[in-house]
Parts: sequence; structure tokens; C-alpha cells
Amino acid sequence: MNDFLNQIELVGDWLTSSQQWRGDDGIPNRLAEHLTYSGISLVFATLIGLTFGLLVGHTGRGAFAVASVANLARAIPTFGLVVLVVTVAGLSTTPVLVALVALAVPPILINTFEGVRGVDPDTRDAARGMGMTGWEVLLKVEVPMALPLILLGLRVAAIQVVATATVAAYPGLGGLGRFIVDGLARNNYELVIGGSAVVVMLALVVQAVFTALRRVVVSPGLQPSATKS
Amino acid sequence: MRDDEPLIRWDWIGDHIGELADYTGVHLRLGLLPVLFGLLISVPLGILCHRWRWIYPPTLTAANVLYSIPSLALFMIFVRYTGLTERTVMIPLTLYTLSVLIPNVVDGLASVPEPVRQAATAMGFSTVRRVVQVELPIAVPVVVAGVRVAAVSSISLVAVGQLIGQGGLGYYITRGLQLDFPTPIITATVLIMLLALVTDALLVLAQRLLTPWARGKGATA
Repeated sequence: MNDFLNQIELVGDWLTSSQQWRGDDGIPNRLAEHLTYSGISLVFATLIGLTFGLLVGHTGRGAFAVASVANLARAIPTFGLVVLVVTVAGLSTTPVLVALVALAVPPILINTFEGVRGVDPDTRDAARGMGMTGWEVLLKVEVPMALPLILLGLRVAAIQVVATATVAAYPGLGGLGRFIVDGLARNNYELVIGGSAVVVMLALVVQAVFTALRRVVVSPGLQPSATKS
Repeated sequence: MRDDEPLIRWDWIGDHIGELADYTGVHLRLGLLPVLFGLLISVPLGILCHRWRWIYPPTLTAANVLYSIPSLALFMIFVRYTGLTERTVMIPLTLYTLSVLIPNVVDGLASVPEPVRQAATAMGFSTVRRVVQVELPIAVPVVVAGVRVAAVSSISLVAVGQLIGQGGLGYYITRGLQLDFPTPIITATVLIMLLALVTDALLVLAQRLLTPWARGKGATA
């Protein structure tokens, strides 16, 4: 227990020392790199996952294909993929982005698909009976009702991406993982724990942002405590 | 990578086949034991969370926070307490499975229809007997869905354990990077994917055999 408190103190010292907040090796720069990798991959993953999820959920066709692709993507070891693409294609940010997109698509895709498919058929029929076109049914009925699940998928994807982007540092790229990998190499424990602490805080911020987002964008009729978090 | 080199050298795979099999065994053990331990923790915890709803949100938040710690960092934190051993890889992986398993156990228990519960009580089942003989079996498909996700991600995460020297097939990934030689990296990555997919397929089969009345049921996380 004492050891644990010491660690917290160490991290506190590390985070507050002014040296960490300057230059290419400082927290702000590493954080910016980390957010760039994570942000770009999330945008791509959202485009892919949302498009296919809505398409398959709405038409009801290709459910099996979606499940198989999502499973396949989940089985890809991110660590192996990053190192592989770096070895074959050379050092650049592309391998990291490819691996992170592959990581983030499955939760977004599956949750969008399940959300849309889970809309009560009676509700859908009622919307059609009111004269809505297919697009209107999708945008005015299915998406709003699926929104809690879609947001859950996005949140899971975002947290996974933020936590996994640390792997980028291993083959020599930037991001917050640098602190962890460098600390490991130099046997500098403080650096490892400090770097991890920043990543964890980032993940917690992401979690809070999505919780807040759900309160704002989900229709009041669907707000309940009933929606599982 | 050197330009004149082919992407895959099949002779290398041929030469190392026995060694690869050994590392595959280690990898499987490191990936699947945490899921087993995770179940041993999640099932009782899930039952408690289902019974006393107020424990559920804090438990889930705690599991989610653990899940958001990068594996790289969590391994390092445990090195201090457990040294460079397999335990140092398995403890963090066990903790990761909780964020998938606990919600699925709770959802599975919640999916038991109220009349079924009442019928069991009316037949004179005690609470414990009702949970064990009625509610848990009905929850199995949903729990297995969680086990699938946990097993697949656990198997692909084991590789990262190579950074503390305990990564099973991850050994070939770091080796390949050091030698600038893609064959071992490709072999290991493909093998890890295959392990994950085969495990997933076996779990689907297990779910069908365990709960023949609930074909294809079970929510994906």
C-alpha cells in the first residue's frame, strides 16, 4: 500500500515538473501526436462502420457478412499488424492508422447494425404507413432510436483506439506510448507510469465526453436509465 | 526490408515448424487462462450486480477504467509486483476480460422472463437453487457471446506481452523487427489470427451444444 502511494507521488512529481511540458519530447507534443493518430483513425472507422452498419441494418441483407468481417477484424493482433506494415512499407504513420482503423471498425459496425435491426418492426411499419420513404424511415426513425447503441459503439472504439495507439511507439513512432517504451528501455519506471497515467486520463475524458454527448443528442423519450451504458 | 528479399520465405517456416508449435501452445495458454479466471470472477460478481442493482454502475465503471489502461502500461505496472513471469501477462488480461464479461452476465440474467422466475419460486426452489438451475442456464447464450469477445481480444493482446518477454507468438514479431525480416512477423500475425478465429468458432459450437433451445441467440458486445 505504501508502495502504491509512493507511485502516485512519483507520477504527481513527474506530471508537474516543468521539464515534461516543453519541446518535442514534452507531454503537449506527444499528446498532440496521440490525438492525431486516434482522431484520424476514428473518423475513418466511423465512416466505414456507420455506412455499412446502417446499410445492412436497414436493408436486412448481408447480416452474416457483417458479423464475419467484424469477427475477422477483431482477431487481428494490432501489435503484429503495426510492426508488420512498418517492416514491409517503412516507417510512417500509415501502419498505425491502418491498424487502428481495423481495431475501431468492429464495435462501431456491430452496434450500428444491432441498433438499427433492433428497432421494433411495428414502429417501422407505422412510419411507412404514415407515408415515409425508405430514407425518411432510416433518418427520422431508425437512426434516432439506434443512437444510444451507436454512441456506445463509438465510445468503445474510441477508448480502444486511445489505449492502443501507444503501440505506435514501439517501432519508433510518436504518441504517448513513447514515454512507456522509452521508460522501459531506460529502466525508468517513473516515465512508464507517468506516460500511462496520461493515457488513462485521456481515456477517462473520452468516456466522459461520450456520456455527455448521449445526454445531449439522444431524444428525451429514449433517455431512460433503461438504456444500458 | 531489403529490396531483393521475397515477402515470405517458406523455407524459414519449414525450418521452424516445431518451435512455432511450441510458441503457439504457450500463446494459447496465456490467452485463454485469463478468460477462465475472468469468468470465475465475473459470474459471482454478475449475480451480485443483478441482485443488488446499485452495485452495478460502480462495478462497470471500475471495469471500464481498467480496460482503458493500455496493455503496455498495465504489464509494466505488474512487473514491479510479479516480476518477468507469465503471471504479469495473465493478470492484466484477466482484468481486461471483466469489462466484457460482467455486463454480459448481468444482461443474461436480466433476459430471464419474469414468469419463469416466478414458476421456479412457486415450485419451491430456493433463491440459490433458482439462480443456479434456472437463471444461469438461460443466461448461457449471452454469457458465451461475451466470452467470445473476451477470448478473441485476449488472444490478440498476448502478443504485446512480448515487451516483457512473455508474449508467446509475439516473440517472432519483435524478432522480425530486429532482423528486418518480415517472414516471422507475417507467420506469427497470421497464426494469432487463426488461433483467435478457431477459438471463436469452437465457442459458437459450444454455445449450440450447451443451449440447443437458443440457436444463434446472444447479443454481441
